[in-house]
Amino acid sequence: MPVPFDPSESLREYAHPEALVTTEWLANNLGSQGLVVLESDEDVLLYQTGHIPTAVKIDWFTELNDDTLRDYLDGADFAALLSAKGVKRDDTVVIYGDKSNWWASYALWVFKLFGHEDVRLLNGGRDKWIAEGRELTREVPVVEPTEYPIVERHDTQIRAFRDDVMKHFGNPLIDVRSPQEYTGERTHMPDYPEEGALRGGHIPTAASVPWARAANEDKTFKSLADLQQIYLEEAGLKPGDDVIAYCRIGERSSHTWFVLKYLLGFYSVRNYDGSWTEWGSSVAVPIVKGPERGEVPVLKR
Amino acid sequence: MTSPQSIPALIADFNDLPIKDRLDLLLEFSDNLPPLPPRYADHPDLLERVEECQAPVFLFVEIDESKHVHLFFSAPPEAPTTRGFASVLHEALDGLPAQKILDVDPNFPDELGLTAAVSPLRMNGMRAMLARIKRQTREKLA
Repeated sequence: MPVPFDPSESLREYAHPEALVTTEWLANNLGSQGLVVLESDEDVLLYQTGHIPTAVKIDWFTELNDDTLRDYLDGADFAALLSAKGVKRDDTVVIYGDKSNWWASYALWVFKLFGHEDVRLLNGGRDKWIAEGRELTREVPVVEPTEYPIVERHDTQIRAFRDDVMKHFGNPLIDVRSPQEYTGERTHMPDYPEEGALRGGHIPTAASVPWARAANEDKTFKSLADLQQIYLEEAGLKPGDDVIAYCRIGERSSHTWFVLKYLLGFYSVRNYDGSWTEWGSSVAVPIVKGPERGEVPVLKR
Repeated sequence: MTSPQSIPALIADFNDLPIKDRLDLLLEFSDNLPPLPPRYADHPDLLERVEECQAPVFLFVEIDESKHVHLFFSAPPEAPTTRGFASVLHEALDGLPAQKILDVDPNFPDELGLTAAVSPLRMNGMRAMLARIKRQTREKLA
């Protein structure tokens, strides 16, 4: 059974306040029937150093990917994973993590590919919880396995493939990578040399909005007014737009996807997880170098 | 100070454990990474950033008069995996003669049996640290 939504005033301005919980709400609701808390970090050991009491670890790299297909888990594997994590189909799942919930957003997006109804992010993530001096434990909870049903993954609503991006030209794209990656000065993030692409630049017409602009210093999401300023005023999105976000492998853009979909309320937002590692190395696809967005390309075929 | 474990012993320690317990051993190493001595803690500019790692990690190689190598690392607590890698390298290499460091197999991190638990991508950081240790050793011997 899902747990009631967090009624906090600070969340109510967003389009979907039910997709977030505050640290205070979580502290008061830990242990509730129907609530599963998951930690999803970039660093694979961070959970072991201390985590929110009752939280179960989920690892984006070793658990959410199919390593032979460059794809996510299928329905059977996802069911097995969530059963092992003690999640029931109608449970409320609260995900939190390091780095402004970068990897927590990614996990949430994968959960949504399988249509898990009630998944929320802890606003501010791991860092805010710790900054507030809240309890951490190294005790790993004993998980009671569940019978999570096998559900088919739905790749059309919130996920874009390369060919979808080709057909999307004329509609807005958001590039959430660093400015140096956008212009093509760098073909990979400074700290991730193996996730490079053959060419540097961006997808034609994409607006550059580095993902972390949506986060405050304390790792919470920025206010609605600030987000509107960034994505509507500066990047030029209009209400009702069909938007695709991308980064390098689709994780930073999950954060932006969450912002556009749940905080600003865009109905049609897709994450192109192939992202620059695919686009920047693909044959016969156009790119733009430099700071200009570029024109809608004329495609030969 | 205990004497450093040899690389084969470290490889055996990790591989003798079930995969999920290998992370706990890595966490033990992470918790026990020696702090920087004041001469480096007060001079972060002396340390070399390991760009390949996802977290800010810095290292410094010292060679004493008897040509033995001493390693110093700095990595934040929010990056326990990186700290763990640094600590394993410290355990394996600190105090060895410089030539032995140069002779170490650059791919020995892959032998630790951590790849499945940590992911190949994250293991790159450890190999990169080792490569930088070897390079600094080579430069300082010259």
